[in-house]
Amino acid sequence: MNDYIQPEFHVEIDYDKCHKCGRCVGQCGWGVYKFNERPLPDDSKCRACHRCVTFCPAHCITIKKNELAYRENDNWQPSARKKIWKQAATGGVVLTSMGADRPMESIFDHLVLDACQVTNPSIDPLREPMELRTYIGNVEDDKALKLETPLTFAPMSYGSVSLNVHKSMAMAAQRLGILMNTGEGGLHADLYPYQDNVIVQVASGRFGVDSEYLNRGAAIEIKVGQGAKPGIGGHLPGEKINQEVSNTRMIPQGTDAISPAPHHDIYSIEDLRQLIYSLKEASGYKPVGVKIAAVNNVGAIASGVVRAGADYVYLDGFRGGTGAAPAVIRDHIGIPLEIAIAVVDQRLRDEGIRQQASIIAAGSIRSSADLAKAIALGADSCAIGSATLMALGCHLCQGCHTGCCSWGLTTQKPELTRRLDPEEGAQRLVNLVHAWSHELQEILGALGVNAVESLRGSRERLRAVGLDEQTCEILGVKPAGR
Amino acid sequence: MSAVIIGYHHTEPVVVQEHEGDLSSVIIECQSIYYREVNEAIRAAIKAGATNIRLKGINGQRYIGDGITDKNVTIFIEGVAGQDLAMFMGGARVVVEASAQDGVGNTMDSGNVIVHGNAGDVVGYGMRGGSVFVRGDVGYRVGIHMKEFKSHKPLIVAGGCARDFFGEYMAGGELILLGLTNEGALAGGELVGNYVGTGMHGGVIYVRGAVTQQQCGKEVGIFVADETDKAALKKHLEAYAEQFAADFGKEPSALVDMLLAESWSKLIPVSSRPYGNLYTSV
Repeated sequence: MNDYIQPEFHVEIDYDKCHKCGRCVGQCGWGVYKFNERPLPDDSKCRACHRCVTFCPAHCITIKKNELAYRENDNWQPSARKKIWKQAATGGVVLTSMGADRPMESIFDHLVLDACQVTNPSIDPLREPMELRTYIGNVEDDKALKLETPLTFAPMSYGSVSLNVHKSMAMAAQRLGILMNTGEGGLHADLYPYQDNVIVQVASGRFGVDSEYLNRGAAIEIKVGQGAKPGIGGHLPGEKINQEVSNTRMIPQGTDAISPAPHHDIYSIEDLRQLIYSLKEASGYKPVGVKIAAVNNVGAIASGVVRAGADYVYLDGFRGGTGAAPAVIRDHIGIPLEIAIAVVDQRLRDEGIRQQASIIAAGSIRSSADLAKAIALGADSCAIGSATLMALGCHLCQGCHTGCCSWGLTTQKPELTRRLDPEEGAQRLVNLVHAWSHELQEILGALGVNAVESLRGSRERLRAVGLDEQTCEILGVKPAGR
Repeated sequence: MSAVIIGYHHTEPVVVQEHEGDLSSVIIECQSIYYREVNEAIRAAIKAGATNIRLKGINGQRYIGDGITDKNVTIFIEGVAGQDLAMFMGGARVVVEASAQDGVGNTMDSGNVIVHGNAGDVVGYGMRGGSVFVRGDVGYRVGIHMKEFKSHKPLIVAGGCARDFFGEYMAGGELILLGLTNEGALAGGELVGNYVGTGMHGGVIYVRGAVTQQQCGKEVGIFVADETDKAALKKHLEAYAEQFAADFGKEPSALVDMLLAESWSKLIPVSSRPYGNLYTSV
């Protein structure tokens, strides 16, 4: 049935400059190009991922927005109209990928950091020691996780991303002295050499989970929720379950991998405690963390999670990424990460249990500035997923769920996945984390502190610009000028 | 052998060799011992070479057999086993001489569990292989998201009745309900509750007698088991009868014959991809 939707982008080729080499045809994972003496684009298939643009030797391709003159209506934005046309034609739930893209203001962008002037000296991190080492879990426990910089790679399952992405993250994590996270897709045997730098995840589908898996990881994470899709499960479509993915998840090839919405053995905080301790029993008492989405009562929930025995709480804000989620869920459920960090940190402090567990914050940490602000709000460290993929080439086209990623990241097609060389990928990730770490050191130096732990929960070093009084109060941050 | 226990309650389980000098067979006195020490004692015994471990005085201690992968080990439990018995287990055999609480065989990979009484809720959640035999009734959410993989094919046989959500999200393996004991039967006399096989996309459920579409999820197709199905069922019934026939005052073969003579419902998914057409994208 015709969905009445016109192409979102125009692919323009300057044929005077074009070498007629056909590289664009091969590079496009979406099948935009046909070749008949010269490349002929089909605009309707383009997702503006810029793979062809990046690799065109003649620089003759331009992707432009299809500026269709929709009759203006601030209420009925074109995106809303398109969804209706699509759903009227298909009856389907609209699926999308990556983090929420609605134009809601970021709270991080309204926060600014302090610096020393005159009355106490700032520190130059280039010439003086500046400690970034961060422990996750109980520091007195010899199994506590040690991070050389307060960052981890966010959980992204093998299946939703390629094995080369997993290898890139694993190698980078080992070189950086930080951690990657398997997501709910099992641990591929190629990653065993890096297992001391891997958090293994246990989610509701229990894919790839057995005694060996639990004992290989440095820590175990129970995934309860995800910022992009709080309260709903996951369906990895059969098309993405090839032989290797099937072996790693321990499910048959070609069937859908369905993760139920809840863990059916967790219906209460007491049940969560039961699962935390069964994982500890099975793994010789490794740290066990719990990942939850930031939702309305996140403070009380996190308190329960910590009382249940979790070594860390992983807070995923509403802008967190996904490999596939219904757009209506991704764009309308959950609360901002900044609020969640502040209320959870405060709640745990008020209850005198903050020292029992660490907070890992995630959900669109876009820069070292976001990282520093998250730590100042109360996080121990942050996790990066979308930024990780972007470091590996992702251009945020939001097409992960199609399995056709031209950058070879969120696909299992061998002709696409081979585009990412794990060695080069690891180097890009190491570079990114080094760069952010240096920037964080500069920020700490400006603040006049010589260790990241001095910034943790230090909301006095933040000020708000353009936030309302109530939001400031919830964040525990004063407005600029106070 | 001597068990090295770091006491939480400062009470150590007493470990004795069943036969002097024989490390393979030990008895562990567990009366009033915290689960952590009980499980440490079990692991220590296995490490020392024990293959037959008898736990005396168990009264709800959790996680017995949790994550144990030693295939030659048999753990006999005297008393009621606590939550998450044999969770993540990868090979051992666990025999409970009374009943078991919730979560028997949770995310189990392989091995065998035999429960001589009833079992609670969430038996075999996410179970990938091995078998659980329960003489009597089971609770709610039994066999949710059981799945199979290559040679791994999980099996749960419950001798009595089951409550709601039996085989929900089932992705593989076999789930069999005999209805021989009726302590857990529902008011209307049904052997199994509602929402049977909701979201089912693999595996097979056999229930003795009739199951109505009203009891099942829409992803379930209901068939009457034919001779081929009964032949497949027979070996599992024999395994059940071998353990429990005496409790019903019957010879194993007589119990199997009696069960096979009856009509059985076979429940299978109508699609291996129930949500394949649910989505679109812009």
